Amino acid sequence: MTTADPARPGPGAGTGARTGTRPGAAEAPEFSGQRIHVRPDFALIGQMVEPGSRVLDVGCETGDLLDYLIAERGVVGRGIELSQAGVNESVRRGLSVVQGDADTDLQDYPSKAFDYVILSQTLQATYHPRDVLSNLARIGRRAIVSFPNFGHWRVRLKLLWDGTMPVSEALPGAWYETPNIHLCTIRDFTQLCRELDVTIERALALDDRGSDKGIADPARANLRAQHALFLLRADETPI
Amino acid sequence: MDLSLNDASPADLDVPSRQDLAGLVVELGVEQPLQLDCGARLGPFKMAYRTYGQLNADRSNAILVCHALTGDQHPADPPHTDRAGWWERMVGSGQVLDTDRYFVICANVLGGCMGSEGPKEINPETGVPWGLDFPVITIADMVRAQTLLLDHLGIEKLFCVIGGSMGAMQALQFAVSYPERTFASVPIAGAARHSAQNIGFHEVGRQAIMADPDWCDGAYLSYGTKPRRGLAVARMAAHITYLSEEALHRKFGRRLQDRKSVTYGFDADFQVESYLRHQGSAFVDRFDANSYLYITRAMDYFDLAAEHGGLLARAFKDTPVRYCVISFTSDWLFPTPESRQIVHGLNAAAADVSFCEIETDKGHDAFLLDEPEFFAVLNGFLEGCASLKGLKV
Repeated sequence: MTTADPARPGPGAGTGARTGTRPGAAEAPEFSGQRIHVRPDFALIGQMVEPGSRVLDVGCETGDLLDYLIAERGVVGRGIELSQAGVNESVRRGLSVVQGDADTDLQDYPSKAFDYVILSQTLQATYHPRDVLSNLARIGRRAIVSFPNFGHWRVRLKLLWDGTMPVSEALPGAWYETPNIHLCTIRDFTQLCRELDVTIERALALDDRGSDKGIADPARANLRAQHALFLLRADETPI
Repeated sequence: MDLSLNDASPADLDVPSRQDLAGLVVELGVEQPLQLDCGARLGPFKMAYRTYGQLNADRSNAILVCHALTGDQHPADPPHTDRAGWWERMVGSGQVLDTDRYFVICANVLGGCMGSEGPKEINPETGVPWGLDFPVITIADMVRAQTLLLDHLGIEKLFCVIGGSMGAMQALQFAVSYPERTFASVPIAGAARHSAQNIGFHEVGRQAIMADPDWCDGAYLSYGTKPRRGLAVARMAAHITYLSEEALHRKFGRRLQDRKSVTYGFDADFQVESYLRHQGSAFVDRFDANSYLYITRAMDYFDLAAEHGGLLARAFKDTPVRYCVISFTSDWLFPTPESRQIVHGLNAAAADVSFCEIETDKGHDAFLLDEPEFFAVLNGFLEGCASLKGLKV
């Protein structure tokens, strides 16, 4: 059974009290004397984003993903972040980020204002995931959503054998301190997408490091993926 | 026609001399008077301003600094005084508004009393000070006048317009009225409209001035006097709103002024009283009472949404301007929700906006003080703008 690594920051550490911890970072090789950190899920998200498009990152923490997408995909990037420390750090980096809450502030944005709205590892920490998801699909021509999969076999085993809430790399923190208040499985999520008339264009099963496990079958993904990454669309407009 | 001894044409703006430091005065609205919101037309009128740094070859590095209610055109290095400028920490070589890099412009607002046309200047039609004959001006009028100054300086488009408090109102109004004339706008400790509470505070100040018999129905200059007591009371009341309960407590607590116990009278027993009395009387020496009436009125009338059908988002529709909205946690005069309202309006227009709230206990005045996080955030925003715009210096 995987347990929480004490070296890893717990939920809410640093920034974003209600932002879940994203999958582990991997260090890319050094380029021209500058060390850049690229997590595998950043690269996967980057592949879903058309170069030069308009992107809103909801729960952008200190702006790492935005920075990556601007540098690698030439996007026009904006961010919303709950923690003021995260916002200030993002703005210090020259990014356009506002302090805001996915639960309450997405309703301000006009429909189809962005090509992509990204909600990375944050959905499970919102109060109203259903409203948040429909807002994402309304604001963006595409939405990119990732979350820890509560259907993973270790999670299921932990509940079945120990009868306690699972704690893992994907789900750090004990039940009483986790910011993750609306956990779901991949199957739960796809059902919600159907209810909201949101089309799943791509679905990836990710491991703890955020790398693609290459599982196509949804039932197997629901059992074996620690994280899931979805590309969604609510209308037929081509990008 | 330029009134200053040493006004510069745009081509030689980069030649600073000792005389420049006293600032420049230009006469604007000569060929066509300025159409004011109140319906009156004003012109020609004087505009006193100051510049720092050098305008670059493609005239793309200009930053317009807008001052607050009682500020002036000298954010740094003011002439004829040992006092520091009101934004000495912000404007200068190596500062956030780096004068080695940017061409910084600051003008005394229309209606002011530091050289720009205002109630204490001579009305050319009567030969005596304008007094209450000066037309009531608005924030939008101030901004119109500033654009005429930019025309005079040969600056088509600013890199950034920035200001705190009433300066924030101008920075917003400028970006909304002339979105094609600035790349970025930074409203600090401001609001999209003046709140009922703030109008109330201003009214207290105005009533204090007008209740002073020396105000003489606004014509005090003709009688060779000044409503000193009224203006001082206005300043004392206003000064409290610029601080925070915490800052006042830290600075003074209930400490007594040069005495061991209270005197059972109405002397300034408490340090805070003595401090406010000093603030009031020092202010009277540098500020004109009628200007105080006019400028506070301009702030009261400010309501950005009103001129756009009551919808703030409409004011920002399709704006190309990059905004950075900044507020301070302990500011109760222009509290964070006011800034957040601006941000909501900008979000609803899908505008490019950053919004930072700075943690401080120094109240509204924090925007004038040494707040490292504030400087760091603003610096990051300007750097981001410079790289987006490909600013060459």
